[in-house]
Amino acid sequence: MSETLALTRIPLDDYAELLGAGEIEELRALAKPLRGRSIQMVNSTAVGGGVAEILMRLVPLAEELDLNIKWEVMTGGEDFFEVTKSFHNALHGAPYHAKQKDFEIFLAYNERNRATLPLDAEFMVIHDPQPAALIDARKAGSNHWVWRCHIDLSHPHRGVWDFLEAFVSRYDGAMFSSPEFSRQLPIPQYLFYPAIDPLSEKNCDLDPVFIAQILARYRIDPLRPVLTQISRFDRLKDPVGVIRAYRIVKRYFDCQLVLAGGSASDDPEGAVVLKEVLREADNDPDIRVIELPAWAPLEVNALQRASTIVIQKSLREGFGLTVSEALWKKKPVVASAVGGIPIQIIHKHTGMLAHSVEGTAYQIRFLLSHPEIAAKLGEHGHQHVKESFLITQKLKRYLTLFLTMARGS
Amino acid sequence: MKTAETPFEFVTVSYLTRIGNQSAGTLADLLKGLEDCSDASIFHHTFQTLGSHHFLTEGFSNDFAQWVLADTNRNDLAEQLAALDIRDYVSIAALRSDLCRVVRDFCEAFSHFSTQSALERFYFCESVEVTAPLGRSARTLDEFRDGIAHLSHAGFYFHFISSRLRLQLRTNDFSHWLSDGLGLQTLGESVNHIDIYTNTLDGSRAKLLRLIDRERRKA
Repeated sequence: MSETLALTRIPLDDYAELLGAGEIEELRALAKPLRGRSIQMVNSTAVGGGVAEILMRLVPLAEELDLNIKWEVMTGGEDFFEVTKSFHNALHGAPYHAKQKDFEIFLAYNERNRATLPLDAEFMVIHDPQPAALIDARKAGSNHWVWRCHIDLSHPHRGVWDFLEAFVSRYDGAMFSSPEFSRQLPIPQYLFYPAIDPLSEKNCDLDPVFIAQILARYRIDPLRPVLTQISRFDRLKDPVGVIRAYRIVKRYFDCQLVLAGGSASDDPEGAVVLKEVLREADNDPDIRVIELPAWAPLEVNALQRASTIVIQKSLREGFGLTVSEALWKKKPVVASAVGGIPIQIIHKHTGMLAHSVEGTAYQIRFLLSHPEIAAKLGEHGHQHVKESFLITQKLKRYLTLFLTMARGS
Repeated sequence: MKTAETPFEFVTVSYLTRIGNQSAGTLADLLKGLEDCSDASIFHHTFQTLGSHHFLTEGFSNDFAQWVLADTNRNDLAEQLAALDIRDYVSIAALRSDLCRVVRDFCEAFSHFSTQSALERFYFCESVEVTAPLGRSARTLDEFRDGIAHLSHAGFYFHFISSRLRLQLRTNDFSHWLSDGLGLQTLGESVNHIDIYTNTLDGSRAKLLRLIDRERRKA
């Protein structure tokens, strides 16, 4: 059976203190013509992953605006999720040997879900490739269907994309996180950024006593500069490169490095990368490699807030919301110019972009030498996130999309 | 206190960004894109980006200039593009013409730079605009002040910046109503002189409110 999720209420007015009453009034004004109209979000998982995390907050906020919104989760067996995982990697450009059986499994589960899910809302928002074939349930001219793609389609596996494109082209529109991630399609394509929630445990203000406790727990000296990268132990996040950059910085500044990420225990490749990281760290007492539980929002929040500079030295990246999290906390960020990072980091305005180990090290040294510039970047970064990457902005973007579709643009 | 016959109606705006089919990897591509893209695209990368990056007051004025600076490293061209002041334009056609002229002149003068690959590509996008009335209006200067003080950034941007294109006058909604609705021409002109490039939206609003307060003290 499919699942309709019931979520905890989040009062919209709670955001007024952070954003200003005018911003909330604006959301209400935009939502007014949409009151009572039905919206359905469909994805493939209720927990875990960025999409579920966003919907968990977005749906209750939309309800606060009197929209008739439902979140449905499609169901599938292990075989379906194995296939969609392969599709996911192939769409990111990974090698994949397409088998007819895989496409049949994909279609069979979509057909089953078409029979059980109520796909009759006025605005249907289908997230990612897994439920893309639900579009077959659409009755001509009956409602609006949009496809929200959270992955980078810039270099997809041809066979998988050709298969998927046949469905995507039948939607009324598609949304991508960056223009770079989009494809040439016969339907309108829109820019929809992922978002963070300023009131969630990962981003809310913290008691300085709690932050001090976290630092003490991980033996981090609060009196010396702390450089931090938060990300899972994955080669594409280049943790070894971060250590190399730190070593260059260390020649000039008595700093510490924190590499913190989700536990590698259930990820064979993560465990290998973790070993490589520990080998590169070579028992340096000023490098802290921290394996966090899979869900540790308060620890992540505290480590980001305690950082002097936050690093995101990815070799490839989706959108990289850890950058927005750090910017929201007014932290100067040094990050690679890959994926969605340049959208968040406007070089020399909201942070510093780098293209190499040496470049990363140089930008860190520059910011440690010029704390007033670092503070200004942090302040501008915070404003940039407030303007574009908060959950309330995402809600506003959806309202604008629905209003645009309703008026037939 | 003066009361206007026609009230000022407060409105807000929201933009959806539509991804276009054009992109540029060189300055020559940028010129081609500027010549061919839609008016909504020129609007998006100049007027709209000024609104969405209102907190930056140093060295950021439009997406074209920022890309030329950050991704082609042509500071001289970036400065010329950044120097185009949207307040001087009441039509997108005129703005497009000047953007093209600046890039074309540069490409002709430095043809070896015009085909050099940029670090990252420039993607042409468009703004799709949706407006919504806030259900609030003003007939007096006090009501007007109160309305402005409570506007969102987008609402303030709509009335103060993008209105120039709608009005097709070298003024904005606030100045227009102060002059025409309340007969306060001097105040309207002072409001129109607030520099939106060197002030953030919040800074511009604070200056505007100070000007109104000064006028109220005269009454």
